[in-house]
Amino acid sequence: MYRSHVLVCGGTGCTSSGSQKIRERLEEEIKRNGLENEVGVVKTGCFGLCALGPIMIVYPEGSFYAMVKEEDIPEIVSEHLLKGRVVKRLLYDETVKSNDEILPLQETQFYKKQHRVALRNCGVINPENIEEYIGTRGYEALGTVLTSKKPEEVIQIILDSGLRGRGGAGFPTGLKWKFAAANHADQKYVCCNADEGDPGAFMDRSVLEGDPHVVLEAMAIAGYAIGASQGYIYVRAEYPIAVERLNIAIDQAREYGLLGKNIFDSGFDFDIELRLGAGAFVCGEETALMTSIEGNRGEPRPRPPFPALKGLFQKPTILNNVETLANIPQIILNGADWFASMGTEKSKGTKVFALGGKVKNTGLVEIPMGTTLREIVEEIGGGIPNGKKFKAAQTGGPSGGCIPAEHFDVPIDYDNLIAIGSMMGSGGLIVMDEDTCMVDIAKFFLEFTVDESCGKCTPCRIGTRRMLEILEKITNGQGTMEDLDKLEDLAAHLKSNSLCALGQTAPNPVLSTLRYFKDEYIAHIVDKKCPAGVCKALLSYKIDADKCKGCTLCARTCPNDAISGSVREPHVINQDKCVKCGACMEKCRFGAIYKE
Amino acid sequence: MKSLEELKAIRERNQGKVGVRSENETQTRVVVGMATCGIASGARPVLTALSDAVQKESLAEKISVTPTGCIGLCQYEPIVEVIEPGKEKVTYIKMDPEKAMEVFERHLKQGQAVAKYTLAAQQL
Repeated sequence: MYRSHVLVCGGTGCTSSGSQKIRERLEEEIKRNGLENEVGVVKTGCFGLCALGPIMIVYPEGSFYAMVKEEDIPEIVSEHLLKGRVVKRLLYDETVKSNDEILPLQETQFYKKQHRVALRNCGVINPENIEEYIGTRGYEALGTVLTSKKPEEVIQIILDSGLRGRGGAGFPTGLKWKFAAANHADQKYVCCNADEGDPGAFMDRSVLEGDPHVVLEAMAIAGYAIGASQGYIYVRAEYPIAVERLNIAIDQAREYGLLGKNIFDSGFDFDIELRLGAGAFVCGEETALMTSIEGNRGEPRPRPPFPALKGLFQKPTILNNVETLANIPQIILNGADWFASMGTEKSKGTKVFALGGKVKNTGLVEIPMGTTLREIVEEIGGGIPNGKKFKAAQTGGPSGGCIPAEHFDVPIDYDNLIAIGSMMGSGGLIVMDEDTCMVDIAKFFLEFTVDESCGKCTPCRIGTRRMLEILEKITNGQGTMEDLDKLEDLAAHLKSNSLCALGQTAPNPVLSTLRYFKDEYIAHIVDKKCPAGVCKALLSYKIDADKCKGCTLCARTCPNDAISGSVREPHVINQDKCVKCGACMEKCRFGAIYKE
Repeated sequence: MKSLEELKAIRERNQGKVGVRSENETQTRVVVGMATCGIASGARPVLTALSDAVQKESLAEKISVTPTGCIGLCQYEPIVEVIEPGKEKVTYIKMDPEKAMEVFERHLKQGQAVAKYTLAAQQL
């Protein structure tokens, strides 16, 4: 038995920052110091504080080493692991108090308000070792359900818990299972949506990489509840580590008899296969996903009939998001009341958010529903860097909207967010400051939607493109006030006529930025200016003649020869030739160049 | 695996190990001096004996066993300090694996400090 466990994050974020090399060096140094029988190195999933990766935690002390470099390893091993002297200068600085005492990780600003339910095992267990999952009560829920509960009882527990789909729509999970259970067929299916297409979202990825078994166990429980014997996990191919860990987990589960025939001697069979996506955002949509698994091009189907009646291969099917599934085993083990005791009246439990953008502590956070945006951004997120002011937070990715400062104290839950013009979405939360142009943001999301539209239905195929063209006109300084009316018309048309939620929600970023930041649109159209200083076509780079020393550095740097002037005379930028690359402003040592 | 009992056995085998990876204020901290003087006088077997015992009996969530640097009483090493929340620290001196096991059984599990091994007893 090891007296010390060193946990090194092996999630995609830290791996791309070199955590693999760090783990190898750690093992080398431990061996060199003769500690290989005392200290164990464990590769885990995501701890959540991605901004400070690569991350390493030494237990049982709980010392949180952040931004670890390979050259720090020999010191950490000889000082901390061998001699018990924590290397304070390499710790996450917020854990070192002013009197030099160490603050437990749970007390830091980032973790204090978090409540890790879906992420319970991420960063704690080795995801490639099924026994560690079992050591934290893994598969106990499945065993309990198969040996002592009827399928209807399981569905009732999930209904009572109030769990709603975490993929974005928030449909009650228990109800979805109930519908599928009620339909009779010779075969039914349980599908897991691991496509996670929203840009900037990585909640599901972290669960798949850090705790793959929780998804397998939950799918088996769902299969028992609705009467299905086959499951499919549709995972995007852009998540190679998740695919690898899922494959290992499925093999191990089969080896231990937790997947396959006659699980726990109950007569219940259930097996799971993976299906890899191929880069289409629309395949995260329920019916397009199933169409893709069937071997066709991913295109949605009209509903009704709903998948609970005719889904995959025309059989009753349920599709649940990874995070939704990650909650299931604990609801079974701890009871529906436990889950319902967290969150708000209509949105129970916790939600995982991928916090990104202009905020100090970017990473993965899990908070009880009802936590306010202010708490997430200022407390957990550590506030906006560089002294900038909060402008808006975007939730729901390309289907969502932005939340301006006036709603900073809104308790986050499904219904509150819809009321203010946004939506929960899958959990991407992008923080924006005064340097973000809201028109540009709307354009960015629409560019994404246009690219990803499958083309099957006319409103989306043509409507998104027409909306994008208008936004491009506006950001190029050629917009008119009539364009704003056209945008709203098109938006209404798309919302009510598109075949699937991709088209129906594509107008949301535009509608919500128009609602809260109309003045920015008007500035672009009437004044031909971008207040945030982002839209290049509306910016001019100018030289302040009082500050310019005539050193000619800018003129020599300009790729288009747009700057003219003699030595020691103030220089001038020719606006017709300027391509607004900003290289001159970067080079000027006298701060004489500005944009307006 | 065919039964809940088999699952339970695997869980118990691994609970101790995974339990080490948690940290909370209600834990009893057992701190073993591991500076040069500590290691030279045999602190490492004391540390591993205590750590193994805690894990084998699945007590890792209640008791954490950690090494520390120089405590300052070099002539009394190996030193083991037991810090229970809300109670005064108990310092055991000149420990070896056998004495550590006695302290584990009587103090950590049954709550009764082993007075004869403490620093206070020495000074009397």
